Amino acid sequence: MKRSNINTLIATAALSGLILSPLGAASAQSLKLSNDLIKIGVLTDLSGVYSELSGQGSVKAAQMAAEDFMAKNKSFAGKVQVIGVDHQNKADVASNKAAEMIDRQNVDMLVDMPTSSAALAASEVAKTKKIPTFVVTGATTALTNEKCSKYTFHYAYDNYMLANGTGSAVTKRGGTSWYIIYPNYAFGQDLNRQMTAAIQDNKGKLVTPSDATPFPNTDFSTYLLKAQSLKPKIFGTMQAGNDLVNVVKQYNEFGLRQQGIGLGIGLLFETDVAALGQDAFAGAIATVPWYWNLDQRSRDWAARFEKAFGKKPTWAQAGVYSASTTYLQSVARAKSDNGDAVVKALEGHRFSDFFARSAYIRPQDHRMILDVYTVQIKPKAQAKENGDYFTKIATIPAAKAFMPLAESKCKF
Amino acid sequence: MNTQFLLIQVFNGLVNGAFYALLSLGLAVIFGMLRIVNFMHGALYMLGAFVAFALGQILGLGFWPSLVLAPLLVALLGMALERTLLSRLYGLEPSYNLLLTFGLTLLTQDLVKQVMLSQYAVSSAPYTTPTVLTGVVNLGFVVFPKYRLFVIALALVVCLVTWFVIEKTRVGAIVRASTENPVVTRSLGIDVGKWVTGVFGVGVGLAGLAGVLAAPIYSVEPYMGAELIITTFAVVVIGGMGSILGSIVTGFAVGVLAAVGAAVYPPMANTLVFVLMAVVLLVRPTGLFGLPEGAR
Repeated sequence: MKRSNINTLIATAALSGLILSPLGAASAQSLKLSNDLIKIGVLTDLSGVYSELSGQGSVKAAQMAAEDFMAKNKSFAGKVQVIGVDHQNKADVASNKAAEMIDRQNVDMLVDMPTSSAALAASEVAKTKKIPTFVVTGATTALTNEKCSKYTFHYAYDNYMLANGTGSAVTKRGGTSWYIIYPNYAFGQDLNRQMTAAIQDNKGKLVTPSDATPFPNTDFSTYLLKAQSLKPKIFGTMQAGNDLVNVVKQYNEFGLRQQGIGLGIGLLFETDVAALGQDAFAGAIATVPWYWNLDQRSRDWAARFEKAFGKKPTWAQAGVYSASTTYLQSVARAKSDNGDAVVKALEGHRFSDFFARSAYIRPQDHRMILDVYTVQIKPKAQAKENGDYFTKIATIPAAKAFMPLAESKCKF
Repeated sequence: MNTQFLLIQVFNGLVNGAFYALLSLGLAVIFGMLRIVNFMHGALYMLGAFVAFALGQILGLGFWPSLVLAPLLVALLGMALERTLLSRLYGLEPSYNLLLTFGLTLLTQDLVKQVMLSQYAVSSAPYTTPTVLTGVVNLGFVVFPKYRLFVIALALVVCLVTWFVIEKTRVGAIVRASTENPVVTRSLGIDVGKWVTGVFGVGVGLAGLAGVLAAPIYSVEPYMGAELIITTFAVVVIGGMGSILGSIVTGFAVGVLAAVGAAVYPPMANTLVFVLMAVVLLVRPTGLFGLPEGAR
């Protein structure tokens, strides 16, 4: 089994080399799949703090992508499978699970991966095994910089995009003085750096150097009282998930909004808003790659997802659908699920779907760029329906939303 | 960093201090009477918050009834555990208790996690502040949430009442006697076992109370006690194992210290307590308020 698998791989590699050469392109091509199957591995958080925003919903999204793809491409009927595996947001578990999925379960592609450290760990493993990896929910820009890999693609968003979108939008709208707190680990430090740069680029300033808070943390009163006495125009929080919910809850408790101190949020998922109710967030600005009621196309897909899953999709889950579809289409173009062939088919690919507009996969660093949106959270009274959280302030075109290639430190 | 700002942080520290005090008081009562290091204390604190949340979901009960009911339910559960499990280990060395209560902690956390995920599809749930206590009040030197003021006040009252009952009343005298010398106390016609169970109930009830009080400030989630209990143990060590007054004073003092530390240099916030603990252990191993075993 194992040996034949490897042989198939080698054969496919050789064949795809042929296909991609000018000679091969002219000859008749047939579909080559390892084990006659494409297996998508959703590596995600099935039980922890990110399980609501990704988790089972991400697995469902990948399954939908597989079904839709098979329905549209008859030659692939019955040939795409999806499995979901829990990485518990831990780097070591992510690493072990990724290896196990690839070696024992013959997974051809990895997708999702919340938690930056876990995404980096899985990406390392996938690199040695030459398996295309689509990080959707992990945020660190290291994935397309110092730690970039030929087989890793960063989909949907990253810290640069968040800071660039939110930092400049808020500062331009008059939020010129900031006090920032960030969780003291890779993600928070990275986001604080990027956010500070974005604020300063737009002629804003920090009233005091940012404070690193312990992670995880429940009580933020010290920093809220500090904000109260510093009186910045914006209290910026780079916390994510449960920590963010605690910060925002206590921001309201201490009545900072009434004291004229606005709220700037680094990374926001729909589930955070749901956890506290949208009034707690009202007026805050965030940057997102997508939201379910962005337009009719998005609504249509979201309605299908809600019917299948029972809940509205988060942008992370929609991103997993889009990433899985993009991958499957590249397999169709390459006529093979061989890692190298698929990577070739993905590099430089331009596309547009319900999730990703003006999307382009940069061959130099594998950053997938797309139009993203700066949004303001509506008060509940203005919501037209359940889950109607965002008012769009601006669309940031793909070319401007992400780190310019000139700044990227990626070398494959 | 001006003086007024530091004063504000001292005041703010009393809130966290209130939680430390309630929790370490419970631990001190239990350790003082039963010589049990109740590792499960953090989980019972979480359970207090979770029961309040569940009472709201199932029976529609608000904060005030839950503030009374949830600690009672936690106390009852604690007493049942003491009777059925802990009491079997009294003759054995303390590490057995530690293992048992630690195991029970893991069990409780995972059970609550499963219930929250399967019944309410959330991994952490918000809990609403009672209406009368929402909003802020301007104290002149700081604008402070009303609810947090209430937490400080209630915790102070509860701590002082507990201290008074144990140190100054006949009930307290019986309880203290049962621990100092159970054999003699029994010979005076007092059912020591019953008192022991009751005291354990009061101790864990205090943890449950702290949990309900914490619910409106922090989200209710299965691991909310895991972090807190470590600091609380440090508080108990600093104050002196088993010292009632020591645990109250140290609880509030550590809260203040942590808040001021976080304001001056945030990365220090979580370590300051442990540095203090290490120093106390070196200089005064029985804790600031503790007496050597022989002197009791």
